[in-house]
Amino acid sequence: MFDEMKGADGAVRDHYRTYDRWLAQQAPAMMGARREEAEMIFRRVGITFAVYGDKDAGEGTERLIPFDLIPRVIPSQEWREMEKGLRQRVLALNRFLHDVYHGQEILKAGVIPADQIIRNAQFRPEMIGVDVPHEVYSHISGVDIVRAGNADGSGTYYVLEDNLRVPSGVSYMLEDRKMMMRLFPELFSHHRVAPVEHYPDLLLDTLRSVSPNGVNEPTVVVLTPGMYNSAYFEHAFLAQQMGVELVEGQDLFVKEGFVYMRTTQGPKRVDVIYRRLDDDFLDPLAFRPNSTLGCAGLLSAYRSGNVTLANAIGTGVADDKSIYPYVPKMIEFYLGEKPILSNVPTYLCREPEDLKYVLAHLPALVVKEVHGAGGYGMLVGPASTKAEIAAFRAQLEANPTNYIAQPTLSLSTCPTFVESGVAPRHIDLRPFVLSGKTVQMVPGGLTRVALKEGSLVVNSSQGGGTKDTWVLEA
Amino acid sequence: MLSRTADHLFWMARYMERAENTARMLDVNYQNSMLTQSADRAELGWRGMLGISELTQAYHQRYDAVTPEKVMHFMVRDEQNLSSILACLRAARENARAVRGKLTTELWETTNQTWLEFNRLLRDGLFERDPSALFEWVKFRSHLSRGVTVGTMLQDEATHFIRIGTFLERADNTARLIDVKFHALAHDVFGEAEVKETTVVDFYHWSAILRSVSAFEIYRKVYRNVIMPAKVAELLILRPDMPRSLAACMSELVTNLKLVANDVSSETERRAGRLNADIQYTRIDEILATGLHAYLTTFLDRVNDIGMGISRDFLVVAR
Repeated sequence: MFDEMKGADGAVRDHYRTYDRWLAQQAPAMMGARREEAEMIFRRVGITFAVYGDKDAGEGTERLIPFDLIPRVIPSQEWREMEKGLRQRVLALNRFLHDVYHGQEILKAGVIPADQIIRNAQFRPEMIGVDVPHEVYSHISGVDIVRAGNADGSGTYYVLEDNLRVPSGVSYMLEDRKMMMRLFPELFSHHRVAPVEHYPDLLLDTLRSVSPNGVNEPTVVVLTPGMYNSAYFEHAFLAQQMGVELVEGQDLFVKEGFVYMRTTQGPKRVDVIYRRLDDDFLDPLAFRPNSTLGCAGLLSAYRSGNVTLANAIGTGVADDKSIYPYVPKMIEFYLGEKPILSNVPTYLCREPEDLKYVLAHLPALVVKEVHGAGGYGMLVGPASTKAEIAAFRAQLEANPTNYIAQPTLSLSTCPTFVESGVAPRHIDLRPFVLSGKTVQMVPGGLTRVALKEGSLVVNSSQGGGTKDTWVLEA
Repeated sequence: MLSRTADHLFWMARYMERAENTARMLDVNYQNSMLTQSADRAELGWRGMLGISELTQAYHQRYDAVTPEKVMHFMVRDEQNLSSILACLRAARENARAVRGKLTTELWETTNQTWLEFNRLLRDGLFERDPSALFEWVKFRSHLSRGVTVGTMLQDEATHFIRIGTFLERADNTARLIDVKFHALAHDVFGEAEVKETTVVDFYHWSAILRSVSAFEIYRKVYRNVIMPAKVAELLILRPDMPRSLAACMSELVTNLKLVANDVSSETERRAGRLNADIQYTRIDEILATGLHAYLTTFLDRVNDIGMGISRDFLVVAR
C-alpha cells in the first residue's frame, strides 16, 4: 500500500511536510467547521450534479460532490515526468485516430488486429477520409492515472484509461482550488502551488486554434444536452468562463452546409462546437434518429469542413477498453519512442487464453465492460461476495468479448477528512490534456477520492469525492 | 444572444415578479381578513384573489369551500398550482439555472438562494406562524433580485429582456388587481363616491389596494386628500411616476423593447408604443366613462398581444 503522505516507515514525505505541520497545529473542531462552510457555499453557488435514475422532482435530484479538505500534493519533478508522458500518449492517440480514418498503416503493419478496429462499435465509417484541422481528433483528453505501491515501498504511476470522448470533471478541479483558497488562504502563502485558474483560457485558445480553414475570428460555442444532464453545471461553467454561448441542439440549425444558431438578432454562424454530447446524439439524420439533443445535418456540415467538432466524431475507437492494451505499441509505432507512462497489464477476455486465466482468478481481478463508464457494470474481485462473483461469472461467460480484466492495483491512499477524523482513502488523478495547434495543460488535474473505507471506486456517481490537487513548484 | 437564452431570462423575471405580486395580494387579503367585516365580504376577497389569477376553476378541482386557510395554502405552497409562490420561485430558479452563465454570480446566487431559503422557511413553519412575515420576505427577495440585476448586470440585451419580463408581468398583474378590487365592491363606486367621502369599510378596502402596491403613502403625498376611488384608479393606471402603475410599466416596456429591436420586431414595437401613448394621453374620467372593467379588459388583451409579439419576434424563432 502506497500512501501519498507517509512512507512505509511512517515518516511524512518531504513534499507533505509543511502541510503536515500546519495540520497538527489546527484545533480539531476547525476542520469540521470548514467542511460545513464549504458545503454551504457549494450549495448556494449551485455546484451540483444530477443523479441518473433519480426521478424525484425538486431539490433532491441535485447533489453536491463531496469535497475533501486535505489536498493531494504532487512534487514538481514527478509532475514534469508525468506531463511528458501525457503529451507523448495523447499525441500518439491523435496520430492513431488520424491513421485509422485514413491510411490504416497500423493495421496493415499488423500492430493491432484489424477486426479490433473495423468491427468496433466505436469506429465511425462516416469519418473515413475526413480531414480535421491540424489532424487533431481528441482536443480535450482526460487521462486517468493511479499510483500503485511496489514491493520495495516505492510507487509507480499507471494509466488506467484514456477518456477521449467527452471527459468531465475539470470544473471541479477549478472550483476545488477556489474553495481551498477561500477556506485556507494561509496555506497558499506557505506553499508554492502551481496555478490552474487559466484552464478556460487554454481551452478557448485550443478551440480557436482548430477553427475551419479561412475563419480568423471563429465563433465558438459549448453544446450541452441541457440542464438535466449530470454535468450541466460544468457545461455552463466553461461556457461562462470562456465567454461563449452555451447552446442546446434546438438552438442550432444547418443551412446550405453551414451551422447557425438562432439569436435574438437572427441567425449567427457557428465555427467551432465544443460538444458535451455523445456521438450518437449529435445528428438525428446520421445517428440516432430519435435524438432531440443534436442538430439535423450537423454531420454533413462537419464532413464538408465548415464546422469543427471538439472532440471529433469517432474518438471512442481509441479510448475503448479493448484498444487500451495497444496504446504502448502505438507510441512506439507512431513516435518511435518508449512509452513514458505505464499501462496496467490487461487481459482481453476475447482471447481464449486470457479468458481462461481471468475465470480462474476472478476474486483477485477487476473486470470491466469494454464500453462501460462511470464505475457501472464492473466487478472488483477482492471487494465482492461469492454470490456477486458467481453472478458476474455468468455474465462474463455469456459474452466474453464485452470484458477486459486487470489485476487489482492497490491504488495509493491520501489522508482524507472523514467522520472518524483524518484517515487514508484511495485516490486517482485525471489530468486534462488540451490538443490544438499545440498541446497544453495546467499542472495537476482532478483528484478523485473513494470516501468509503477500503473502496477503490472513485466515481462521483458511486459515492466518490474530489480533492484539490497541488503541484508544488520547485 | 441566443433566443432560448432571452426566453429564459424573460421568464425568470416574469416568475419572480409574479411571486412578488401574489405575495402582495395575499398579504393584503390576509390583513383585511383580520378586520371586523361580514363573512360574505371576507369570502368575496378570497374569491377575488382566485379570480384575479384565473384560478377559480383550478382551485375548485382540488378544494371545495373557499376558506382563507385553503386559498392561502393553494396560492403559497401548492406544488400543483403553477401560479403558487412556491411554483413561481421554482420556475424563476429553473429558468435562471438554464442560463446561469449569462447572469452575474450575484444574480444567480440570489435567485438560487431565494428558492432554497423559501423551502427552508416553509419547513420551519413560518407560513403557519406568521404569514405576513413570509409575504414580506418574498417581496424583499424580489426587491433584492431587481436590485442585484440593476446593480451588477452589464446593461446589454440580457438586462433588457429581464426588464421586459418584469414590466410586462407587472403591467398584467397590476391591471388584474385593479380590475378585481374595483369589481369587488357591489355598489357603483364611481357614482357619488367621487364627491362624498367613502364609508369606513370602503376606506379599508381602498387603502388595502393601495398598500398592496406600496402606494398608500404615495397617494397621500400626491393627492393630499381623503381616499377616493377615482383617484386610486388614476394613481394606479395613469401616474407615470408611480412605479407600479400601468403607465410606468408601459413606459419601461417600450424603452427596453427599443433597445433590443431587430429586423422583424417593428410591429410589436408599434403596438407597445401605441398602448403607451394611449395611456399617456388618457384622462381618468374618460376611462370611467367607458367603464373601468371594459378598459382594463382591453388593456390586458393588448398586453397579452404584445407579449406574444415579443415571443414571436425574439424568443421562439420559427424553425
